[in-house]
Amino acid sequence: MPLQKFYNEMVAEDGGVRAHYRAFAEWLRDTPPERIVQNRQAADLLFHRVGITFAVYGEASGTERLIPFDIVPHVIPGARWDRLAEGLRQRVTALNRFLHDIYHGQEILRAGRIPREEVEGNSQFRREMIGVDVPGGVYAHIAGVDLVKNADGEYYVLEDNLRTPSGVSYMLENRKMMMRLFPELFAGQTIRPVDHYPDLLLEGLREMAPRDVENPVIVLLTPGHFNSAYFEHAFLAQQMGIELVEGQDLFVQDRTVFMRTTQGPQRVDVVYRRIDDDFLDPLAFRPDSMLGVPGLLEAYRAGRVTLANAIGTGVADDKSMYPFVPEMIRFYLGEEPILANVPTYLLRNPEDLAYTLGHLEDLVVKEAQGSGGYGMLVGPTATREERERYRQRILDAPERFIAQPTLSLSQVPTFCGEALAPRHVDLRPYVLTGREVRFVPGGLTRVALREGSLVVNSSQGGGVKDTWVVD
Amino acid sequence: MLSRVASNLYWLSRYVERAENTARVLDVAWRMSLLVKEPRLQDQEWFAPLNITGTLFPFSGRHSTVCAREVLHFMALDPENPSSIHSCARQARENARAIRGAITSEMWEVVNATWLEMQQMDEARLAARGVSTFFDWVKERSHLFRGVTFGTMRRDDAYHFTRLGTHVERADSTARILDVKYHILLPSVKDVGGAVDYYQWSAVLRSVSAFEAYRQSYRDVITPLRLAELLILRGDIPRSLLFCVQQVNDMLALVRNDRSAECLRQAGRLLAQLRYGRIQDIFAGGLHEYLTDYLDDMQELSTQIQASFFSPALAG
Repeated sequence: MPLQKFYNEMVAEDGGVRAHYRAFAEWLRDTPPERIVQNRQAADLLFHRVGITFAVYGEASGTERLIPFDIVPHVIPGARWDRLAEGLRQRVTALNRFLHDIYHGQEILRAGRIPREEVEGNSQFRREMIGVDVPGGVYAHIAGVDLVKNADGEYYVLEDNLRTPSGVSYMLENRKMMMRLFPELFAGQTIRPVDHYPDLLLEGLREMAPRDVENPVIVLLTPGHFNSAYFEHAFLAQQMGIELVEGQDLFVQDRTVFMRTTQGPQRVDVVYRRIDDDFLDPLAFRPDSMLGVPGLLEAYRAGRVTLANAIGTGVADDKSMYPFVPEMIRFYLGEEPILANVPTYLLRNPEDLAYTLGHLEDLVVKEAQGSGGYGMLVGPTATREERERYRQRILDAPERFIAQPTLSLSQVPTFCGEALAPRHVDLRPYVLTGREVRFVPGGLTRVALREGSLVVNSSQGGGVKDTWVVD
Repeated sequence: MLSRVASNLYWLSRYVERAENTARVLDVAWRMSLLVKEPRLQDQEWFAPLNITGTLFPFSGRHSTVCAREVLHFMALDPENPSSIHSCARQARENARAIRGAITSEMWEVVNATWLEMQQMDEARLAARGVSTFFDWVKERSHLFRGVTFGTMRRDDAYHFTRLGTHVERADSTARILDVKYHILLPSVKDVGGAVDYYQWSAVLRSVSAFEAYRQSYRDVITPLRLAELLILRGDIPRSLLFCVQQVNDMLALVRNDRSAECLRQAGRLLAQLRYGRIQDIFAGGLHEYLTDYLDDMQELSTQIQASFFSPALAG
């Protein structure tokens, strides 16, 4: 993989503006800088007022922070997106087939395409789910697939988030903000809309109701307002017009889930849960969980309630399972993968370990189960001491780590102070699966605001941009 | 609707209302103290806000003298005082934040922006801005909250519980304002026709925005009897006890469930007393005694509301 040069989404190699960015570039040229400065401040103020903040763990003082929003959009040509969408559909379909398979016949393991211990030894593999039939055979109703574009101009999948992927509210709010601040940008060109996402989500959830009622009761289960993504939970519940519930609002009786209302108990059909498996049901998983609902697993296994996402999806988006996804696509769909995987070294394998330890300065090393960009080594930008410290961590428990070549994430011009400078971005489209696969064009673009940084996570100094699919 | 959400809505509007009422009480004390020329007597006025909100005891624990600066800080800005305007704004915002999904985004923006601005407020800014300007701001934020609620919220139980909170809080607050000032309404201590009385009475009226209403209702000079009648028994004055208790009854009737019979009975009894009460009888039995009983009843009603609608044991 080429390492050195970065792909710039806006400016071509010859210095000219790429066709799909032309309208924006012209607008930028013709708009007085004062207006841009003014509107950038207005955006900050509005986000604060609307309360689009996130909590940062481990920070005593500022428990709520604003995610920096940059007004230069990430623009993707329509045809390019359509191809990406095909790839996403294919990938998420295969992942759902895989999840159904490993909790039922385990064809893929019996065919020897994935080592059995890789699946069954995985801490995210939930034995409780073996033989359980879920509506439509859908496990990952909501998937957030992280994509990056490498220097070669190709998209690569960085990871499949199949548990409780977050960030979609930023995608929606970023668009609303851009339309509010710069309506003229939307008048002059066709930018595909994204604001029907909550409708698509609701439609998919309704299709998954376990009983045939005209108006299934759907709730969004949140850990509560101290959770970093609480804003998003509240936002989505409101947009869909469903109740935002906490564990204490629900109870299980006769293997049926009810919520406590001012008019007495009301039966719940579908739980869009934003709580990890471990905390869902203190009777089945972590007994110290105050967030969950005792008896929920039993109701779920009895088919009396649908959980979205299903329990046990974590085994499929685990970083150690990631290298096998192309194989899943071939096995279940008989197709060649449309989206590329990043070559991945599993440090459990001695030769991969040896290679990684010999090339730490070129590689990104992550914990197979980590998320949020915590505990990750970016070889090329790390100091010698950081690399040596990380080497020790790897040697202590190599099976906990994977390594990948450092991708040269593509860049989009971004306001840094008054001036524009290129910054690395990634893209997280949200893939919804009900009776069919649905998505809105684009997704959430995250940008690494620190110069040279490749870490786009909001908890690590990342910001966000609006994402435009233009025709 | 969810019991937890109903409870948050109810307390959200109670805290907004409480902040407004505290601002009103402080504003009156401020204006009255300006009328008194002798500094030592000026400070006397600042006992009233503490008595009304029942915070004289916690206040004296931390302050040795009762004076404008200390009371203003304690009741407007002090984060350690759970009933300060600052704390009310924070608790309103905390309640709103816990139920972002159940209120309209406009409601959230009002509550959130109020809290953000409140945090910027300190003694220096309060002085620079002008004390009355600050109270006007608090009142305006509360007006805005009610307006946005009225203008954007679906007319469902969420709305009803929000209105319920507003009026339970207000039903309590007007009675407290009257009770603390009851001595100036009693004929026995009346300094007949004195200018001080006139200002005191008009200040009470102004503190509940009922000065014009008094004029329009009676077209006559202010007398204690009528003033008390206006604020207790008139059904067309939005901060009177009758009006608030009527609203509480209306809202309870809309959200009633199979456990709320006792709650509705108590609210109805309170309403009947007000609707068929006569001000002469109230004065004959003692205004203070009347208000004390009323405040006890309100306390009991508020406990009943908690038990009937918000208690987690409801559906368990």
